[in-house]
Amino acid sequence: MKITEPEVRYVADLANLKLTDSEITRLSRDMDEILTYMDALSELDTDAVEPMAQVLYQSGQTATLREDEPVPPLGNENALANAPLAGAGYYKVPKVIER
Amino acid sequence: MSSVPSSLSFLTIDQVRAGLAARQFSAVELAQSALQFAQAENPKTNAYLHFCPERALAAAEHVDKRIAAGDNPGPLAGVPLAVKDVIVTKGVRTTCGSRLLERYIPPYDATAVVRLEQAGAVILGKTNCDEFAMGSSNENSAFGAVRNPVALDRVPGGSSGGSAAAVAQGTAVVALGSDTGGSVRQPASFCGVVGVTPTYGRVSRYGLVAFASSLDHIGTFGKTVRDAALLLEAMAGRDDCDATSAFAPVPKYTSQLDGQVAGLKVGLPREYFEGLASESGDRIQQAIALLKKIGCEVREISLPTTKYAVPCYYIIATAEASSNLARYDGVRYTSRVNEDTLSGMYRATRGEGFGAECKRRIMLGTYVLSHGYYDAYYLKAQKVRALITDDFRKAFAEVDAIVAPVSPFPAFKIGEKIDDPLEMYLSDIYTITGDLAGIPCMSVPCGKTSQGLPVGMQILAKHFDESTMFRLADAFEKAGGFAGSH
Repeated sequence: MKITEPEVRYVADLANLKLTDSEITRLSRDMDEILTYMDALSELDTDAVEPMAQVLYQSGQTATLREDEPVPPLGNENALANAPLAGAGYYKVPKVIER
Repeated sequence: MSSVPSSLSFLTIDQVRAGLAARQFSAVELAQSALQFAQAENPKTNAYLHFCPERALAAAEHVDKRIAAGDNPGPLAGVPLAVKDVIVTKGVRTTCGSRLLERYIPPYDATAVVRLEQAGAVILGKTNCDEFAMGSSNENSAFGAVRNPVALDRVPGGSSGGSAAAVAQGTAVVALGSDTGGSVRQPASFCGVVGVTPTYGRVSRYGLVAFASSLDHIGTFGKTVRDAALLLEAMAGRDDCDATSAFAPVPKYTSQLDGQVAGLKVGLPREYFEGLASESGDRIQQAIALLKKIGCEVREISLPTTKYAVPCYYIIATAEASSNLARYDGVRYTSRVNEDTLSGMYRATRGEGFGAECKRRIMLGTYVLSHGYYDAYYLKAQKVRALITDDFRKAFAEVDAIVAPVSPFPAFKIGEKIDDPLEMYLSDIYTITGDLAGIPCMSVPCGKTSQGLPVGMQILAKHFDESTMFRLADAFEKAGGFAGSH
């Protein structure tokens, strides 16, 4: 077994996902199968290999820093237009701090 | 008296240009007729999620005005275009195939969309896809599966299934898709059209809703190699809004489609031909015979790390996805399930909003990044990705292009594989390697199986060498390689 049901519940907690019991059962089975399959990578000796975090290629000009020039922002109203709940120019969420 | 085509099945970009120049139809007439046809045909396949007639007609009107004023209306003037619904369009709903974004109206346009409209393209609507582009069959859309126009009981492939289906169905001349692990090439092969994934960084990702940022590409669909290349050259090139977009100059691909491939060195990776389903394999072998006939020097090569590509890809892609999808938390993007606490609200919103495949990938990605597993999975996969990329670097020292299958099998029946996620992942074996290495790759039609299902041949080239890829694909098309595909 690569992963147990309690571990799946723990990962769901890390991922902020509310899952039903039947989803947990199904995911435990799927993840166990997929993670077992992923173990194939351990066959490869990669001690001397640098990890590749980004696609790198030879290109004439590779500088990616631009001048820091201000441009018109999206604007408060546009930014909030898709908010489920907004007010006074802010996103509104359930109360976080109790008084 | 104008004669406006309704179905776009036989219309290419050049024919749209000729029709406009000859005053055979106006851009507005073409847009109206295309919209009417596409809306009437859409229930057969569910390829489009929604249409944007106002935007389409405004763009078409602009083209007509430019033509009337004697100005150059642009290389894509009046061309009816479909855009995958993971690419944002200002003021036009963009759902990513997800319930979570059912009501999301983007406040800006993707760079690709801006550039194509500047070139004169007319966006008819947004196409269906697997939720957040995660899937290989288009069955993971919250708004229903897409049916393959070639065989309506079968999938169109995924995740850009709606875009591939629209071009195959004649409800768009060309279409935009996105490719993270094969999501342009595999549906192109299933629907019998051309699908192109350019070099990573060639097209700005600004406004492409992120799935796995180090693997995501915007790609193109067309009926011909020339159409897919025209669409790419109109939107490629550096964009300051995407720091990973490349400065490399964009050649005029279409001026290099001269059919000259004599002496071109083509590699066949032996690892890609082991265990290939018989009929798809037969079509590819016939295609290779044609490549030899037109003068290509074909030789066997080896990409030895290929068998590790699926686990490598599904670790990296899910890790990046779990991070990118964290933003859908009920605060900013339209959907929220109310709960008393903030974390309760996050959890309920995400639990109800995401479909099964997104949840599976968020869970896998969170697991491989979690404490104690990071080195064994994520770091290991990044190292294996370097090995896969190095395989290609070595191969391209010997050959100019690589030819391979796209998918182990042609379009399968809707529902046939949905209960076996691992089997579905394994079917991506031939397409994920190109994305991991970030090299340009494409699918061209190369005939049909005895059941009438299209088969695609894949062509891969060096970083930024789309020109060689297009030249080979175009020569293959001109030599009759697409024959029997439609």
